[in-house]
Amino acid sequence: MKSLAELQAIREKTLNRINLRKEDESDVTRVVIGMATCGIAAGARPVMLAFMDEINKRGLNHVTVSQTGCIGMCRLEPMVDVITPGNEKVTYVHMTPEKVGRVVAEHIVNGRPVEEYTIGAAEDK
Amino acid sequence: MDIYRAHVLCCGGTGCTSSGSAQLIERFEQKIAENGLEKEVKVIRTGCFGLCEAGPVVIVYPEGTFYSRVKVEDVDEIVSEHLLKGRKVQHLVYSDHATHEQNANKALADINFYKHQHRIALRNCGVIDPENIDEYLAFDGYKALEKALTTMTREQVIEEVLKSGLRGRGGGGFPTGLKWKFAAASQADQKYVACNADEGDPGAFMDRSVLEGDPHAVLEAMAIAGYAIGASEGYIYVRAEYPIAVKRLEIAIGQARDYGLLGKNIFDTGFDFDIQIRLGAGAFVCGEETALMRSIEGKRGEPTPRPPFPAVKGLFAKPTMLNNVETYANVAQIILKGADWFASMGTEKSKGTKVFALGGKINNTGLVEVPMGTPLRTIIYDIGGGIPGGKKFKAVQTGGPSGGCLPAELLDTPVDYDNLIAAGSMMGSGGMIVMDEDNCMVDIARFFLDFTVDESCGKCAPCRIGTRRMLEILQRIVSGKGEEGDIEKLENLANTIKATALCGLGQTAPNPVLSTIKFFRHEYEAHIRDKKCPAHHCQALLSYVIDPAKCRGCTACARVCPGGAISGEVKQPHVIDPAKCLKCGACMEKCRFGAISKV
Repeated sequence: MKSLAELQAIREKTLNRINLRKEDESDVTRVVIGMATCGIAAGARPVMLAFMDEINKRGLNHVTVSQTGCIGMCRLEPMVDVITPGNEKVTYVHMTPEKVGRVVAEHIVNGRPVEEYTIGAAEDK
Repeated sequence: MDIYRAHVLCCGGTGCTSSGSAQLIERFEQKIAENGLEKEVKVIRTGCFGLCEAGPVVIVYPEGTFYSRVKVEDVDEIVSEHLLKGRKVQHLVYSDHATHEQNANKALADINFYKHQHRIALRNCGVIDPENIDEYLAFDGYKALEKALTTMTREQVIEEVLKSGLRGRGGGGFPTGLKWKFAAASQADQKYVACNADEGDPGAFMDRSVLEGDPHAVLEAMAIAGYAIGASEGYIYVRAEYPIAVKRLEIAIGQARDYGLLGKNIFDTGFDFDIQIRLGAGAFVCGEETALMRSIEGKRGEPTPRPPFPAVKGLFAKPTMLNNVETYANVAQIILKGADWFASMGTEKSKGTKVFALGGKINNTGLVEVPMGTPLRTIIYDIGGGIPGGKKFKAVQTGGPSGGCLPAELLDTPVDYDNLIAAGSMMGSGGMIVMDEDNCMVDIARFFLDFTVDESCGKCAPCRIGTRRMLEILQRIVSGKGEEGDIEKLENLANTIKATALCGLGQTAPNPVLSTIKFFRHEYEAHIRDKKCPAHHCQALLSYVIDPAKCRGCTACARVCPGGAISGEVKQPHVIDPAKCLKCGACMEKCRFGAISKV
């Protein structure tokens, strides 16, 4: 038999897993990865897997990982958009699985975009 | 329990299963594995989405892309394009019948079919995996049971249901809270809670979808009801013809027992409650409450006179509270969100929402849930997408064999219990069959009566003999042998049967006849006096003719005619010999010049 607390734990854990099916997305952070031919060729898949792995490990609620097509800046792939609730989209470029940990920890968890990985920093170079 | 980046929801309701969703799921899983996505994408079999017309239905989250009529061959493309590369497969995306608008970037709730709906009883259908109790829990499942058991008294639970204004969704429309109150007031060493899932109306599948898509909602509500009236045992009486529903109920009951949500001492409150399933063998009369209880007891499924009402003397002669599946599906939400929330929807005397099974001559065949008081027009045109083939609306039949047909003049009737009865029909369990100009109303009445005559248990004379006499008169009328005075005979018989039959089956069986006489008397008269069927439906009353002005003498009709009834020279107008014509209609289908018509 499950106690009330255990039931509540199951509720929360399952909700993490299925929150991407909720119609109301206002409190969801979206991680969108460019997965067109250019993105895949540049190594987007390992980046996406790293994101999912990191989100899983931290048991983050309200984060979805999805894919998108090519936005035209193929030279900057793999590109990743992170959209946190109420904030502008932040675009990261030349992503690698190694960079993912910092983006999750600093941006998604703590709300501070990792400036040096963003498209702004890349364009300034 | 890992997080997946995408969920592929495949409808596993009966409609989509019969159009091949099981093979789709298999193919998805195979293709996802081939592409190495099995750790990223999860395939989930859900309950019915409601839009059965567009089945099999597949929704891909997080985008919420709605694919319709997906074939096994399409799966490869969805996997390689959408799931692997993130590009939606445009040509498979659902498009609206009326506007041909695709929803590629729209949320499900914005599609016309869903826009006017408000889903309470169906809230989890098509959203959760019905075979996984954790998903039900995540959507606030069993929270209402927890709230009732740990924070409310039995009286408070009953008061809440009473205040919500919830009425029986099986068709009768009796106030649910009152039923609970009566059962609670009965004194006995043992009481029972029962669920009527013997949905037998032709064209109705609301309860099936709830059981298939959200079985835990019914279990939770039954446990709440058990607590409220002081019962420790529950029975679900479900038709054996609903194998998917039965299987999912069995799984759900097993899971609820594992979690201690059914069984002894639930939540350590000392409350015991468990549920058993009983299968019905397919008799329509067993949907009547007293017959249903006899059937559960293992006796012959025949009704018994009331009183005594089940709340006093029901199952095994103990006080029993019997509600319909859809009624139960509302209960947990009422306890969680409060009676006021529920009572804020609907009309003065009918609160909340109602699920309807749309069928017949309508574009979007499927299940819809709308607030009480929604006009028939909104349901049929805005949600249902109107009549196919540009045909004219003629009538809508509500309430199945117990209900009646409403004509076009009543399309703006707000749908609730009392309005439908005032209009000469009834809510019934919620079947809604749309008819167009090609349907003959006399034949429709004959069809429904044929059904009730078949299903009459034979216990009482008005139903056993009376409905048979009515059927004989109707058969006479549609075969062109109607006599002057037949309409009056039908009315007379109908009123007698209504007044004297033992149970609901007999008392309501004449309704389709009475309502069609009321609104379409001219069709009856045309059959009887002019020996014509205005809809050109009744075979005995129509003949096929060739218009010599349009006929080119191509001989196609003469070659296809199985009876050799068509003669004529090549390039000369042909003629049909009515004595030989079998009225099969093959010539009319074959003619490329529209020269053949029914008169």
